[in-house]
Amino acid sequence: MDRHVKLTRFALAALLLAALAGCAAPEPWVKPYEREHFADPIMSFNRDPASAVYFDHTHESREGARGATGTVGGGCGCN
Amino acid sequence: MQLSSAPPEERAARKLQLSPFARTLLTLLVCTAPVLGGVLPEDRADVLWHSYSGGDITVEGPSVLLQKRVGDSLSFSVNYYEDMISSASIDVKLSASPYKETRRQWSGGLLYLHGKSTYTAGFITSTEPDYKANTAYFSISQDMFGDLTTLTLGYRRGWDQIFRDIKTPDGEIINDPTFHERADHRAYTLSLSQILTRNLIGSFNYELITDQGYLANPYRKIRYLSPGVGNGYTLADQVYPNTRTSNSAGLALKYFLPWRASVGGSYRYFRDTWGIVAHTFELNYTHTWHNFLFDANLRYYRQNAASFYSDLFPRADYQNFMARDRELATFSDYTIGAGFAYQFPHLSWAPWVQHSSINFHFDYLYITYDDFRNALLAPEYGAGNEPLYRLNANVFTLFISAWF
Amino acid sequence: MKNRILALTAALAIALPALAGIEAPAPQFTLTARGGGELSLSQYHGQVVMINFWASWCGPCRTEMPLLDSIYKKYNKLGFTLLGVNVEPDSKAADDWLRQTPVSFPILFDKDSKVSKLYQVAGMPSTVIIDRTGKVRWLHKGFAPGAENEYMDQIRSLVRE
Repeated sequence: MDRHVKLTRFALAALLLAALAGCAAPEPWVKPYEREHFADPIMSFNRDPASAVYFDHTHESREGARGATGTVGGGCGCN
Repeated sequence: MQLSSAPPEERAARKLQLSPFARTLLTLLVCTAPVLGGVLPEDRADVLWHSYSGGDITVEGPSVLLQKRVGDSLSFSVNYYEDMISSASIDVKLSASPYKETRRQWSGGLLYLHGKSTYTAGFITSTEPDYKANTAYFSISQDMFGDLTTLTLGYRRGWDQIFRDIKTPDGEIINDPTFHERADHRAYTLSLSQILTRNLIGSFNYELITDQGYLANPYRKIRYLSPGVGNGYTLADQVYPNTRTSNSAGLALKYFLPWRASVGGSYRYFRDTWGIVAHTFELNYTHTWHNFLFDANLRYYRQNAASFYSDLFPRADYQNFMARDRELATFSDYTIGAGFAYQFPHLSWAPWVQHSSINFHFDYLYITYDDFRNALLAPEYGAGNEPLYRLNANVFTLFISAWF
Repeated sequence: MKNRILALTAALAIALPALAGIEAPAPQFTLTARGGGELSLSQYHGQVVMINFWASWCGPCRTEMPLLDSIYKKYNKLGFTLLGVNVEPDSKAADDWLRQTPVSFPILFDKDSKVSKLYQVAGMPSTVIIDRTGKVRWLHKGFAPGAENEYMDQIRSLVRE
């Protein structure tokens, strides 16, 4: 419980910092009109979410490691 | 204390019994004026067929995804996913019998856009004859620093119910009434996406997961050396710790190439309280040509065994925790994959479809274990001297996507 | 009490940039127009000018375009003009998109981002409203649904000057 309170506070603090950062920001070095490539689907980390979640799932059910892949998957038995 | 004199946000916060710190944050989030809008995800529908075949297991099934905007700030998504499993894997052959079963999974999510912030909440519910898993998640995403940076914080909570299938004398498969276990999961995620140059974007992901409860496999067994008895070993029940905490951190980069292609790479480090340390490396390349998209990827994964893992324990009750699950062994796996997508020309019979495509992706997976042996070959080689197990699998997805 | 002040200050600090209205002379420029020839801001002196910085790859920009077109058609006869400045280095994608979704107001190509830098474009899309004397009166960053009503109110007030 204590650990969770600490983690929640950390998360809220990080978010507050992020929200405040919006007003005291450094000059963006890539201007908004120079970001055309990032609108291109080939530059997306997760172009097809259904397929990405599936391939992550096939790896996660056969390996010991999990997490930090950018996809959210549910829990399956896999037993 | 007069509740009616406080501003609405404060009243709401007080009702929720939040600390002053949290109340400040809530007020801040409510008051922040939308300066520059983020963008809602596009409306899309995907119908997918997936198939995994290898190591004497076949898992295949459909996955249907729908994503739709509602108004200007809301988007919802629904996914139905099925795994039709037919398994005669090495683990099944050793201590159980080949089986067939279907796992069904429903998930739904809601996304709310407010200025530079995106709020996402959702649930996933998965059912199979011997496992029920429910997951709820929530995340907040914030665009910062001139929208070059996106910070996302997420929380996920899972509740699992584990059963064990047994066969009645009539040959019917039912849940063992004496076996009903639970497992709880909590995950905290932090993601940072950063535009680095005009052509380069990077992303950092961190995830902390804690598990509690029954984390073992009700069917798998450990084995210990028993010379002169049967095949030279005896099967016994696994004993797992009832907690697990893991940390995972990954870095990914994607670079735009001038001929309209992209090249990317990623690395992930994993470490948990079970003693597993794992490294994942990945490289990918996407190429465009007329209405086609071509993908190629390479993945290398390596992990060392959990501290309580052994393929063959020296004797019964050797240590407090014992497991022989190959997912906890020392092994490395390689994946090599390729795929293509073809974008259909504008459909005259469905003008409301903005664009659509058909996609196919194939992965070849090869796992080679360093300390998990093929125990089915014990009669031939002797317990503990069987060849190390290895498996290869063919995985593919075929799907059609439509954006409308 | 201290918490409330802190929260309010922080909220204002973030909200303020959105409320900004500045009164400075609009920087002059000349750009190539779609359909040939060149157009300068100076030739519109005496009219109310709205400059919209857009790109074909930007979702909100595409959503905004038909709405800008109806605003242009509505107020053009009252001494108002709209200049759509496309910020893409390669105008092919914009050309293709305009062929499918044509607009009636002039489109200019800012291929080397000269004008974008001049107007310190800090978001896509960006809309600048200039009065008849050539002063920048309003600056809108981004496009939120319903903003077109705000544009029309502001244009109406400037057109009467």
